[in-house]
Amino acid sequence: MTETLLEIDHLSVDYETGRGDLNALRDITFNINKGEIVGIVGESGCGKSTLISSILRLTAPNTRFREGEIRFKGQDLLQAPERHMRDLRGADISIVFQDPMQTHNPVLTIGQQMLDIQHRSKQSKADKLAHAAKMLGAVGIPDPEARLKQYPHEFSGGMRQRIAIAMALMSEPDLLIADEPTTALDATLEVQIIERLQELQREFHCAILFISHHLGVIAELCDRVVVMYAGAVVESGDVREIFHNPKHPYTRRLIECDPGHIKERARVLPTIPGEVPDLANLPGGCIFRDRCDQAMAQCASDVPPLDQLKEGHHAACWLNHEEATT
Amino acid sequence: MLNFATRRFGLSLLILFVAVTVMFLMIRAVPGDPVQIMLGPRATPELQAQLTAALGLDQPIWKQLLIFYGNLLQGDLGTDVFSGRSVTDIVFQQLPFTLELIFASILWSASLGIALGAYAAAHPNTLIDRIAAAISVSFVAAPAFVVALLALLIFAVHLQWFPAIGAGEGFWDRLNHLVLPAFAIGLSWVGYIARLVRASMLEVMGESHVRTARAFGIAERRVVMVYALRIAILPVVTVIGVGMGFLLSSAVFAEIVFARPGLGKLVIDSITTRNYPIVMGSVLISTALFVVSTALADLINALLDPRARTAH
Repeated sequence: MTETLLEIDHLSVDYETGRGDLNALRDITFNINKGEIVGIVGESGCGKSTLISSILRLTAPNTRFREGEIRFKGQDLLQAPERHMRDLRGADISIVFQDPMQTHNPVLTIGQQMLDIQHRSKQSKADKLAHAAKMLGAVGIPDPEARLKQYPHEFSGGMRQRIAIAMALMSEPDLLIADEPTTALDATLEVQIIERLQELQREFHCAILFISHHLGVIAELCDRVVVMYAGAVVESGDVREIFHNPKHPYTRRLIECDPGHIKERARVLPTIPGEVPDLANLPGGCIFRDRCDQAMAQCASDVPPLDQLKEGHHAACWLNHEEATT
Repeated sequence: MLNFATRRFGLSLLILFVAVTVMFLMIRAVPGDPVQIMLGPRATPELQAQLTAALGLDQPIWKQLLIFYGNLLQGDLGTDVFSGRSVTDIVFQQLPFTLELIFASILWSASLGIALGAYAAAHPNTLIDRIAAAISVSFVAAPAFVVALLALLIFAVHLQWFPAIGAGEGFWDRLNHLVLPAFAIGLSWVGYIARLVRASMLEVMGESHVRTARAFGIAERRVVMVYALRIAILPVVTVIGVGMGFLLSSAVFAEIVFARPGLGKLVIDSITTRNYPIVMGSVLISTALFVVSTALADLINALLDPRARTAH
C-alpha cells in the first residue's frame, strides 16, 4: 500500500505575463501513494488548477516549468514526449473537471463521447457501448443503454457529473484527479457524489487527488491533506492530524472559517482579513505574513521551510521553531 | 426534429407572405404609369384603357392584391405583357443560371474560407495566422463589382483564359463560364467566412469540453475537426443561409457585367419596362430562394446541434 504513485518534487511553475513572470507554483512537494486519497485545500488562486494541468501537462502556452519534477511511477512527466503524455491521459491518469455543465461536448451524444474515449481499446463498437452502459449503471444512471443515445443537455447537473466520473473511471486509471467535482452542485447532490466516489474507489482501487475548498468533504473522503496558499504548500499531513492539530495559522483560520465548523448563529461569518499576495511581485519572507495575527520579525525576513514536525506532518511556519525570534 | 421542421416551415411561409406583399405595394409606388411606359407616348387613350383593364390596374389596389394571391394559390404567376408567355416559364427558365452561380460561389468561398479560418485558429498568432488574416481582410474589403470588372479585364480580355460573356452550353462550357463571375462574387465571402470561422474556433477551443477531450488523450486532429469544428461551424451555416440573399444581389451585378442570363438580369430588365407580372414573379422566386436557404440553414444547424432542436 505504501508504493508511491505520484511524486511532486520541488515543482515551480511560472506564467509569463505582460506584468512579468507570475510565480504560480513555488517549490511544491508531496506524494500520492497507490490507492490513497489525497485532498488539496486552498482558496481560489492558490495554484490548484495550475498543479492539475501541470500533472496532465495540459497547460496554457505561456506556462514555464521553472524547476522540479512530476514523477508518475518513477518517470518524470515534464520531460516525457508528448506522445507518451497522450497515452497516459484518460488511461493511467483521468480527471473529473469542476463544472459538469461545460465538461461534455454539447453536440455529440454521451454514447459517442464514451466511445471516443475508448480509442485505445481494440474491442468492437458494440462491446465498447456495453462497457459504457455498464459504467453509467455503476454511477447510478438509470436505464443506461437508452441514455447513451442522449445529449448532455438532456441530463441534470448531478447526472452529468456522475457521467464525468463514469468516463474518468472507464479505463480503470491508477490516478483520478477530481477538480472540485462537487462545487457546482447543491449540498444533497454533493453528498451523493462523494459517497459514490468512495464506493467506486473501493471497487477500482485507484488513487484520488481530490481538490476542494470544502473542508467537510476533504475530512470525509481523504486520507491525507495538502493545504496550499498562494502557490505554495503551507501544511500537509494525515487528515486527522491536520484537522485536530493544525500547525500553520492559515490552516487554523481555514478551519475556523468553514461554515460546517461554526456552531453558533453568527451575524457575520468569519473571514481571513487581507488578500492573497500578488504572485508577480512576491514579498520576501513568509507569504502569509500580512494576514497572520501571529506574525513575528523573522516572518518578514526569511521564508519558513516546510519542516517535518512528526511522521507525516509537515508545516511551513516559524512558530513551530523554538529558536524563533519574536 | 419533425416538430422543429414544421414550425420552421410555418415561419418561412409567413416571411414569404410579408415580403411578397411589401414588394407588391412597393412596385406600384414606383413613379410612371406602367401602361404609358409600355405603349409609348403615342398610344391612343382606348388602347391605354384596354391594357389597363387587361393588367387589372383599373381595380383598387387591395383587390389587385387579392387577385394576385388568388392566382398564386393556383400556381399562376400571370402572363408576360409583351410575349404573352407564362411568367412561371420565363422565371424558371432563368432560375438555373442564377442558382448555379450562387452555388458555385458559396461552394468555393465556404470551403476555402472554412479551411483558412480553421487553419489560422489551430495556429493562433503565428506568421501563418497573420498572413491568413491579411488575406482575409483584403478579400472582405474588395467590392464585388470592382473584382468583377478587374477579373473580366485581366482573365477574359487580356489573358483570355476564361470566356467574358454568356453562360455557355453543355456542362464543361457552363462550368468554364461560371469561373469568373463566381470568383468575383465569392471572393469577399472567403475572407468573411475565414474570419468568422477563426473567431468561432478560437472561442470553442477555449471551452471546457475541448479540455476534457484532450484530457482523455483523444488525438488533437479529432479534437479540432470533430469536437471543436462541429460547434464552430454553427454560426457559419447561419451566415451562409442569410448570405444567399446577399449573393442574390451580387449575382445581379455579375449577370450584368458578364452579360449572363439569370434572375437578376430579368428583374432589372422588367423593372425598367414596368413589366409587373415578371417583376412579381422574379421577386417571389428570389424571396422564396432566400427563405428556403435560411430555413435550410436552420435545419442543418438543428441536425448539427441537438440544443437548437428544442429551442425556438
